[in-house]
Amino acid sequence: MTNIVNDEVKNRVVYEVSNLNLWYGNDQALVDVSADIESNEVTAIIGPSGCGKSTFIKTLNRMVELIPIVKTSGEIKYNGVDIFDKSIRVEDLRTKVGMVFQKPNPFPKSVFENVAYGPRIHGIKNKKILNEIVETSLKKAAIWDELKDRLNDNAYGLSGGQQQRLCLARVLAVEPEVVLMDEPTSALDPISTLKIEDLIQELKSSYTIIIVTHNMQQAGRISDKTAFFLNGEIIEFDRTETIFSTPKDKRTEDYITGRFG
Amino acid sequence: MENVPAKKYMSEEKYSKRTARRILLDKIVRWAFSFSILFAVIVLVVLLYQIITKSIGWLDWNFLTGNLSIKPEKAGIRGVILGSLLLMVVVIPVTLFLGVATAIYLEEYAGKSKLKTIITTNISNLASVPSVIFGLLGLAVFGRLFNLGSSILAGGLTLSLLVLPIVVVSSQEAIKAVPGYLRDASYAIGASKWTTIRKVVLPASLPGILTGSILAMSRAIGETAPLVVLGIPTLILKIPNGIFDDFTALPIQIYYWTLDTVLTAEYANLAAATIVVLLTMLFLMNSIAIFIRNKFQKRY
Repeated sequence: MTNIVNDEVKNRVVYEVSNLNLWYGNDQALVDVSADIESNEVTAIIGPSGCGKSTFIKTLNRMVELIPIVKTSGEIKYNGVDIFDKSIRVEDLRTKVGMVFQKPNPFPKSVFENVAYGPRIHGIKNKKILNEIVETSLKKAAIWDELKDRLNDNAYGLSGGQQQRLCLARVLAVEPEVVLMDEPTSALDPISTLKIEDLIQELKSSYTIIIVTHNMQQAGRISDKTAFFLNGEIIEFDRTETIFSTPKDKRTEDYITGRFG
Repeated sequence: MENVPAKKYMSEEKYSKRTARRILLDKIVRWAFSFSILFAVIVLVVLLYQIITKSIGWLDWNFLTGNLSIKPEKAGIRGVILGSLLLMVVVIPVTLFLGVATAIYLEEYAGKSKLKTIITTNISNLASVPSVIFGLLGLAVFGRLFNLGSSILAGGLTLSLLVLPIVVVSSQEAIKAVPGYLRDASYAIGASKWTTIRKVVLPASLPGILTGSILAMSRAIGETAPLVVLGIPTLILKIPNGIFDDFTALPIQIYYWTLDTVLTAEYANLAAATIVVLLTMLFLMNSIAIFIRNKFQKRY
């Protein structure tokens, strides 16, 4: 009993999304999306290709705005503040809300420089502090042991799985609150995938994680809550056990049992 | 011929004939292409041979360090070399800064407006405008309007205008080639646009930018027409001290000496010797640029 109470105290709403609509030119990609996302949980976003999953999480750190034809309406409150508000600096938002992408995208620099990139651009120049940040971040991303002797090697020489964990370390180095992951394991082999999944489990005590995945087993394995997207709408958003055992909507059930998608 | 494809539709004889024709065509094409490259190489070799044989005996230390003179045996090109070098001192920073800045603006900031399309098209068109026209522009704007006369600064700015389109277009291509996912990686940890450009886009596109710049600078140092239009004097005995002084440059000197060969036959040898110096300078410049480019390519 006490356990549950503690959990509820610990979790607070990080994102309040209400009536979010998004258009690419004239094509509507998100339709009236509303959802509350809580801290220190893993929220999985599932759904068939082109349903708006990626668009949704890219809206959470406003990366979607890098596409010039995007228009949005509605509200996303991050820690109670509307992220579309004029007073919000998008650089601040993205420092707090990091993102790992589908394809590992390290910079063509050394392992060290990749991780130090974020702290450096935020003004940390002291070599000792940078060393420390790089070490802790690589440890958090569970890749320190593999890379501690290769800090000066070019990141392009690493394997795909290592590159992806390096990208995660690069995000963690700026100490975000939320980590968005856009199908982070879709380009990786099963063992690397497993490593990343274990990592996500470890990280959720310190971070809020929102992950888009094509792989329903993965959503089942790692997430606390699951949102099912279809044609830009959230069809169902509930605890993962509920979604997978007793979905309320017929379409969710069809998707989960593999009848389409 | 056992393996005739599509036997149903083609007789063996016809197939065999066609294949023979294709093989013949292959040979013809190979010869045509080899001839094309041979043509360029032969012309270059003949030219170099003529120039080098003519310059032998004339190209010595006194020629490189002496001052200009009407008497061929006394003439030296110290001032001319200095003029060309000072010209580059103006052209390189001005062109690189303006060219790369323009390319960055067009690719990273301008968005997808109609204005951008018009500007980009016009920059490409400018690259094909004859250099004499740029000379006239330089004469009107830098020479007369800004009252720089035929100084090194006026010449340098004119040449910068002339080669800017090359730098802009090649820098644009290089910036465009930087993959979007590298930019995303930078934005996703809170980097601003300028930080992303400075720390991700420019380092990754530097080899491409340098390649275009090498071409541009090589063209600038060898240009004659715009400087002639600017009114560079035929014979300057003074050595230029700074960018506001009058000057003469290697291609100009080659041009005038060649013209005056009708008066004094030995001027042809002086021209040849100057050509060798100009080619050597070009070769050195390109080598340095290629060296820098390779160094950065290894790092990124």
